Amino acid sequence: MFPFQRLSGIAPSIALVGLAAGFALATPAVVAQSTPQAPAQISPAPIWPKVRNSLFSTRTIDENAGEIIVLEAPNRAEDASTVPIAIRTQIMQSPSRYVQKLYLLVDNNPSPIAAVFELTPDSGRADIETRIRIEQYTDVRAIAELNDGSLYMASRYVKASGGCSAPAGKDPKEALRNAGRIKFKVDGPLAAGKPAAVQLAISHPNASGLVLDQVSRLYEPAYYVRKLTVRYGDKAVLTADIDFSISENPNFRFYFLPSSDGALYADVVDTKDLSFSSEVAVKLGGIASNTR
Amino acid sequence: MNRSRAAGRSTLASMVLLASVLLPQTAAAASAFSIERVAEGVYLHRGQQQDATAANGGDIANIGYIVGDRCVAVIDSGGTLAIGTALRDAIRRETAKPICYLIHTHVHPDHSFGDPAFADPATMFVAHAEYPAALAARRDGFLANLRYTLGAAADGSGSTVPTLLVQDRETVDLGNRCLSLQAWPTAHTNNDLTVFDERTKTLWTGDLLFVDRIPVVDGRATGWLKVMAALRALKPAHLVPGHGPVQHNVDAAFGPQQQYLDQLINSVGAALKAGTTLAQTVDTLGREPPQKAWLLFDDYHRRNLTAVYTELEWED
Ligand SMILES: [Zn+2]
Repeated sequence: MFPFQRLSGIAPSIALVGLAAGFALATPAVVAQSTPQAPAQISPAPIWPKVRNSLFSTRTIDENAGEIIVLEAPNRAEDASTVPIAIRTQIMQSPSRYVQKLYLLVDNNPSPIAAVFELTPDSGRADIETRIRIEQYTDVRAIAELNDGSLYMASRYVKASGGCSAPAGKDPKEALRNAGRIKFKVDGPLAAGKPAAVQLAISHPNASGLVLDQVSRLYEPAYYVRKLTVRYGDKAVLTADIDFSISENPNFRFYFLPSSDGALYADVVDTKDLSFSSEVAVKLGGIASNTR
Repeated sequence: MNRSRAAGRSTLASMVLLASVLLPQTAAAASAFSIERVAEGVYLHRGQQQDATAANGGDIANIGYIVGDRCVAVIDSGGTLAIGTALRDAIRRETAKPICYLIHTHVHPDHSFGDPAFADPATMFVAHAEYPAALAARRDGFLANLRYTLGAAADGSGSTVPTLLVQDRETVDLGNRCLSLQAWPTAHTNNDLTVFDERTKTLWTGDLLFVDRIPVVDGRATGWLKVMAALRALKPAHLVPGHGPVQHNVDAAFGPQQQYLDQLINSVGAALKAGTTLAQTVDTLGREPPQKAWLLFDDYHRRNLTAVYTELEWED
């Protein structure tokens, strides 16, 4: 394997490279031997053991727990910037037994811990749908921690999209202009004691920023939503610590357990410590309601 | 001019043997590097209508050059150093005039990773004002993808930071030949730039026009429709798309792409109205057969649905 670069390094003449290319023209049989190498994208040292150790130490994790937790993700990231995933748990949240934390991990992203969700019995159901960025071929993991401390994991391997797909935002200026808008929606009709679906969408670049580029001299600090809190009256429903592995315009679908008329409140804080709030009415028997 | 060419050759003669040893697998793209004449002084190398593979060496985008009385403008450098080099050789076979501009139609790697072949202080690299930031955010990822696909054949390839940025419009003169450059609002990407050769009324669209190959939305579909209307109004006699054959009829050129984008926007808009989630929408609409037999439909349609869904859900 002799890269082109070597040759131009020996004699950095355009004409030389040109001649060499002309020469290669005569050796197509050799050219055909060029095959893709072992996936260069996959990091040689798996990050999972480190992450596992830092989050869970030596605690046992049940990795064969389809009856407790399921992770839905596409086999291939169609758009690297927006990969829909769903964590579904099979446990009805009750004060005696409930999922109190859900960890969402993307092994090969620059920041593997995409989100840590905290839930309560008032969450009704510990199911969460969101969208993540996928930088490269990777395992995606969802880990449920029950109130008794037991841990259950589901994982899926997601292929990167390749080509011109990128996890970066498509129109960063537009995203910045619209930062802070919130859409908050409850699916009706609502019945006491029956978990109801909620959608919370936050307009925000949620970007990793640009590292200083030696040539372009560009530098932008990371700017993303770091925390969101959802309350039903004064009862906690969902708390999440997130970062830029969550897609631009962070979008979450989750549940809460209605008991009486009232309101859901969402508070969002980003890395510039700007906070955004929204609320939506809860009316038993009522149809779907939106941000008010 | 001829003198420098001759000098280049003579110092190279002794290097042939070395080259044969060092370059057993120079990109396949270099073999049979075709050039076609679009109009007087306008030349095109047509990329293959495929995704980048080891077999096609990443030679999948339309690239080319325009020759004026004084100098040459290159439009896009191709997907690898080898392709850029092959284009440069083709230019040198045609003319000894200096290359004064390398104009980038947008940031995608199949159009720009041949840049190093044109590294020369006399060559100005031109691009949309949003190009540098888009490149900085994507370059490493694009390079990793290219290495994954091509292995060592990707070495030396990469996009170079432009030296002349176009905010809105700019004219460059190649010597009795003016090219109008226009930077567009977000459409195929947020950094699309077109080149209009006033002399022959040739419009080089970059990926604002896909012919036969499925269009890819990496910006805003709704913005793209607006830009297409503006491009039609230029009444070009010839159109060089980013992918696919040269066109001479504006309606025939843009019609299928217009229909595809309209259909994307309408179907995704309806799904959003019905409260369908992103995953459900991509799953359901992704199964519907195409209206037209687009090349690479299965590879990009679901991605386009995703992009348009996330675009439209914040439109109201
Ligand atoms: Zn493109």
